[in-house]
Amino acid sequence: MHSVSFILFLGIVAITLVITALAARQNKSAKEFYTAGGGLSAWQNGLAVAGDYMSAASFLGIAGTIALAGFDGFFYSIGFLVAYLVVLYFVAEPLRNLGKYTLADMLAARFGEKSVRAVAAVNAISISICYMIAQMVGAGALIKLLLGLDYTKAVIGVGVLMTVYVVFGGMRATSWVQIVKALLLMGGTFILSLLVLSHFGWSIGGMFDKVSGLLDGKFLLPGNKFKDHLDTISLNLALVLGTAGLPHILIRFFTVKDAPTARKSVVIATLLIGVFYVMTLFLGFGAAQFVGHKAIVEANKAGNMAAPLLAQAMGGSFLFAFISAVAFATILAVVTGLVLSSASAFAHDIYGQIIKGGKASETEQMLAARFASVGVAIVSILLSLKAESLNVAFLVGLAFAVAASANLPVILLTISWRRFTPTGAVAGMAVGLISAVVLVMLSPSVWSPEVGKAIFVGEPKFPLANPGIVSIPLGFIAAIIGSLVSKKPASDAKFDEIVVRANLGPGSPPVTDEAVAAGR
Amino acid sequence: MQDPAVDYTEVARSGSFQALLAAKRKFLLPATLFFLTFYFLLPILTSYTHLLEKPAIGKISWAWIYAFAQFVMTWTLAVVYMRKAAEFDTMAADIKEGRNA
Repeated sequence: MHSVSFILFLGIVAITLVITALAARQNKSAKEFYTAGGGLSAWQNGLAVAGDYMSAASFLGIAGTIALAGFDGFFYSIGFLVAYLVVLYFVAEPLRNLGKYTLADMLAARFGEKSVRAVAAVNAISISICYMIAQMVGAGALIKLLLGLDYTKAVIGVGVLMTVYVVFGGMRATSWVQIVKALLLMGGTFILSLLVLSHFGWSIGGMFDKVSGLLDGKFLLPGNKFKDHLDTISLNLALVLGTAGLPHILIRFFTVKDAPTARKSVVIATLLIGVFYVMTLFLGFGAAQFVGHKAIVEANKAGNMAAPLLAQAMGGSFLFAFISAVAFATILAVVTGLVLSSASAFAHDIYGQIIKGGKASETEQMLAARFASVGVAIVSILLSLKAESLNVAFLVGLAFAVAASANLPVILLTISWRRFTPTGAVAGMAVGLISAVVLVMLSPSVWSPEVGKAIFVGEPKFPLANPGIVSIPLGFIAAIIGSLVSKKPASDAKFDEIVVRANLGPGSPPVTDEAVAAGR
Repeated sequence: MQDPAVDYTEVARSGSFQALLAAKRKFLLPATLFFLTFYFLLPILTSYTHLLEKPAIGKISWAWIYAFAQFVMTWTLAVVYMRKAAEFDTMAADIKEGRNA
């Protein structure tokens, strides 16, 4: 079994390295490095967004959670999907119109202050690194299980690969790795779903009938996982608002030529991601029925092995190896996007714009981007190696909470509120970040009276595992109060410019009414 | 970086630009209010009531029907917005090229 897995894993590595080698030839300017030249089509970017987003947490995590907790697992699928309406309606187009390489660019279009850019960059880096550690720890455990490689080697291997893709292939290689992974993941999940359905006699009603008896007849009822009502609402809040503030998703919209293309790519991604999340249901139900609760928990307490085990049950060791290889590709594609997003915050925002004042030469920018990528990768590898025995699944939740609390309020206010000030922006981002992090540090995810259940033993000081319901309003309130107590913007001109540019985009400068009247 | 000759304030205050913003608002605000309400009603109902636990079709309860409806809602609102946004693009192009509606 190991040898088939090994060949498929090598196949994935080979394909991605070929992509990187091809991309490397064009990877010669900062624009190319950060945005693949801005020339991706809506379909390419839609697939890449889906590939960037459908993480191992979605594929392995949601399938496992549905298998173990039934309905409650499906909350994740719904939240992760509906979130795209926020991206589509409020974020993708203004971001494309105002920004260049990063989210901080969009905010800097309105506020020239370096403090705004600095805090935005720190947020982007924090979110990406949290997310990355969760992915890498998962990857290490998965590869250890599948290939028998030890954890340290597995993490370093993934770390080296992601660094190579980014350093040599930049955004172009990252995008294509994500596209290939999206296709593989959709294909693999589709095959598994069909197999599951066939085992249930091709009847969806029959499938529900069969699984309804699981978990003492409670499988189909809500409440198997989420006992605390407020915590459930808080989780749903972070899920639906977090995506629109995730830096690695947001930078994808700079890879297309204009706002309408960005919009179309979000719609395509939404359709694909929706289809995928519907299929997570088949995976979860199938695993619950044909693998069984006991076997899933024995392989991994959190249920992360449910999908590969289901593949084993449905199609034997080859399908097991194939689905495992898909999971591996999934992790690679996501961590690669995360390296790129944190490297762009370091190299473009902190080095290029803050330290060099936007005057770095093309060579300096490329060098900085590559050094930053290597640096970010090394830090993530080291942190992930330290975190092997820790239950770090909460870090994904934390990344969403920070994105929703620190980034989303500021994005929305930047394009919609005339009275918004740089002080308000810094306050909103800082309070959103700090409150989400501190509340999670005090939460049941980190503290549990039961030994081995969380990182520390003891009573949690904050009762909710999901801080969103407190930290998201705090992010908004801090941004508003910070603005109201600081000096009013000297003139309305900057806000007018932002509104016009966010809605009309670049291109031919807007012609004024007067000019029209004069017949120009 | 921007063309200094462009008076953004003037564009921002022009009737045609204001009409574009109003048209966007007219779609986005009700649509957002709807999808957020629809979205949060599911966890609220499943957490605080047992209303959705009644069977709808065979063993499939209303909670599941509601959950699937969230998918249909998201796809529908995404596609509807794309159609609607084509109108916004036309309005924006008119403003940029100085054609006043």
